[in-house]
Amino acid sequence: MKTIYLDNNATTQVAPEVLEAMLPYFHELYGNPSSMHTFGGQVGRKLREAREHVAALLGASPDEIIFTSCGSESDNAAIRSALASQPGKRHIVTSRVEHPAVKALCAQLVNEGYRVTELPVDGDGRLDMEQYRRSLTPDTAIVSLMWANNETGVIFPVEKAAEIARARGILFHTDAVQAVGKIPINLSKTAIDMLSISGHKLHAPKGIGVLYVRKGTRFSPFLIGGHQEKGRRGGTENTPSIIGLGKACELANQNMEAENTRVKELRDKLENELLSRVTNSRVNGDRINRLPNTSNISFEFIEGESILLMMDEYGICASSGSACTSGSLQPSHVLRAMGVPFTMAHGSIRFSLSVYNTDAEIEFVIEKLPPIIETLRNLSPYWTTAQQCGSA
Amino acid sequence: MWDYTDKVKEHFLNPRNVGEVENPDGVAEVGSIACGDALKFTFKLDDNKRIKEAKFKTFGCASAIASASALTEMVKGMTIEEAEKVTNQDIARFLGGLPEEKMHCSVMGREALEAAIAHYKGIPERAVEGEIVCECFGVTDREIERAIRENHLKTIEEVTNYTKAGGGCGNCHGAIQEILDRVRSDMETTPTLKPRLSNIQKIRMIEETIEREIRPSLKHDGGDIELIDVIGNRVIVATRGACASCQASNMTLKNFVELKLRELVWPELVVEEESQ
Repeated sequence: MKTIYLDNNATTQVAPEVLEAMLPYFHELYGNPSSMHTFGGQVGRKLREAREHVAALLGASPDEIIFTSCGSESDNAAIRSALASQPGKRHIVTSRVEHPAVKALCAQLVNEGYRVTELPVDGDGRLDMEQYRRSLTPDTAIVSLMWANNETGVIFPVEKAAEIARARGILFHTDAVQAVGKIPINLSKTAIDMLSISGHKLHAPKGIGVLYVRKGTRFSPFLIGGHQEKGRRGGTENTPSIIGLGKACELANQNMEAENTRVKELRDKLENELLSRVTNSRVNGDRINRLPNTSNISFEFIEGESILLMMDEYGICASSGSACTSGSLQPSHVLRAMGVPFTMAHGSIRFSLSVYNTDAEIEFVIEKLPPIIETLRNLSPYWTTAQQCGSA
Repeated sequence: MWDYTDKVKEHFLNPRNVGEVENPDGVAEVGSIACGDALKFTFKLDDNKRIKEAKFKTFGCASAIASASALTEMVKGMTIEEAEKVTNQDIARFLGGLPEEKMHCSVMGREALEAAIAHYKGIPERAVEGEIVCECFGVTDREIERAIRENHLKTIEEVTNYTKAGGGCGNCHGAIQEILDRVRSDMETTPTLKPRLSNIQKIRMIEETIEREIRPSLKHDGGDIELIDVIGNRVIVATRGACASCQASNMTLKNFVELKLRELVWPELVVEEESQ
């Protein structure tokens, strides 16, 4: 059975060009970039190139790039550093829809005695900027707001939010794991102080991340060890993955236009066709300020895990925000924060595309999914009731 | 991804008895859309007061659908008295087991069956039995207590897996722990709650378990097993077919047959092969 992979916000395939660039650095060119000999030193040169490619994608300078092991490490390092470098300040501002890497860390920081403000979002997943402004205090050490939401694709106005923070002398961090490679970013023109990237969301392998730290920002390392990354992150460099990430960033730069035209068109086709073929369905989140590859659709009166497993029979891969798939017993915290009604929240499916998806794949999903929804609705007691009440 | 058995998947993809029985003798609806799963269960009796028809409609995940499908298959042909004895563990067992986190799906099946029988008997719906402990999912102390007793639950996590209680905000974890402490100490001091099986009951259960759970797997590999005798907790069996000549048959007896019997019949059973 062919796999139709529409779960690229979960992880992506390593691009063939990326894999090819990495392979020599496992077995032949395995030297340590810190070594004095030529054999290791030549790897060091490749790392410099990779750092330049990452910096170029972000509009940053290479020495502002710190390689880490993943997006979660980058998020932890950024927030912990901001707190460690400003011991007098005890307040953090974030949102209710952050990724667990930030959300769970903030919950932990509350236990450690910090004060955390979690900004709410409206029904479309948007921030109230006035409320954001009011939440900042002289005690605020750092603001951490995601650039784009992993579940809905909704984009926060982080550039504006960063300017507001800077005007008050507050550090600004953004988890840009879902945004990088999908929308143009130029950090040289923003007030963002720190930014997190995860390699495997943009066709590099798992286990490699980046923390961007603006030049002049005081930084307190999270992982103490050797002099690697100029003492900002100890540990021997993951050379094949760094080189792979460099290549992936180079590709992302080239593919940015395709991502925002061809991928967006496929996403819109999928979304519009499903909405028109399936009654009682809706898109979750702001459809305007949104990543070009993501669509979060709720199918009312049925449950997401059932939909996923029936799609799985056709090799179609996606995600759900339902309770049964969230790892807890409640629907996703993002959909709850948006106030999505329960009849809709449990039946939410996230499709996330990549440049590797084809029109034929989208056609296939448009053909296969509506009958699945119908089958499950015929099983659902609420569907019968809704039809009797005329709400379906 | 959940580790569902083939039987769960099969009942999910091809659910039996979907719908509502016309002019039912018993009807019940349990669960709610807010909680993420719900089940409407209806049944009809024949002239001999046996369940002739049972149907369901489910809103929920794959294991909720499979549990309801299994329930309707299990109760067909049963008298009300027999149906009243069906437990959530019977439903899970029928499906070859459910992931721990999904056991609440089997509990929902048992609740629906019980409520439908109460409806048939004309027992008026009581408001809510007991005190609500978990506000997020509306679970009462009575339900939690019952799940602990019937399934020998030991931790808050297990209580959540079986009843959903404590799976939301977590504010009730202290209250659940108190119920656990009270019920567990009660269970330990009143051993009568888990009655010792009479010999007849034990042999019957062993026979049933071999027939339903063990023999099909062995036959799949060309083997077979025969129950020779039961002496106290010693279960004497003879291996047949491919098992008789198989070098690994002793492993099968210990790691599969004995484990199954211990799990499903009595925890102290020892399986021995008949001496030649």
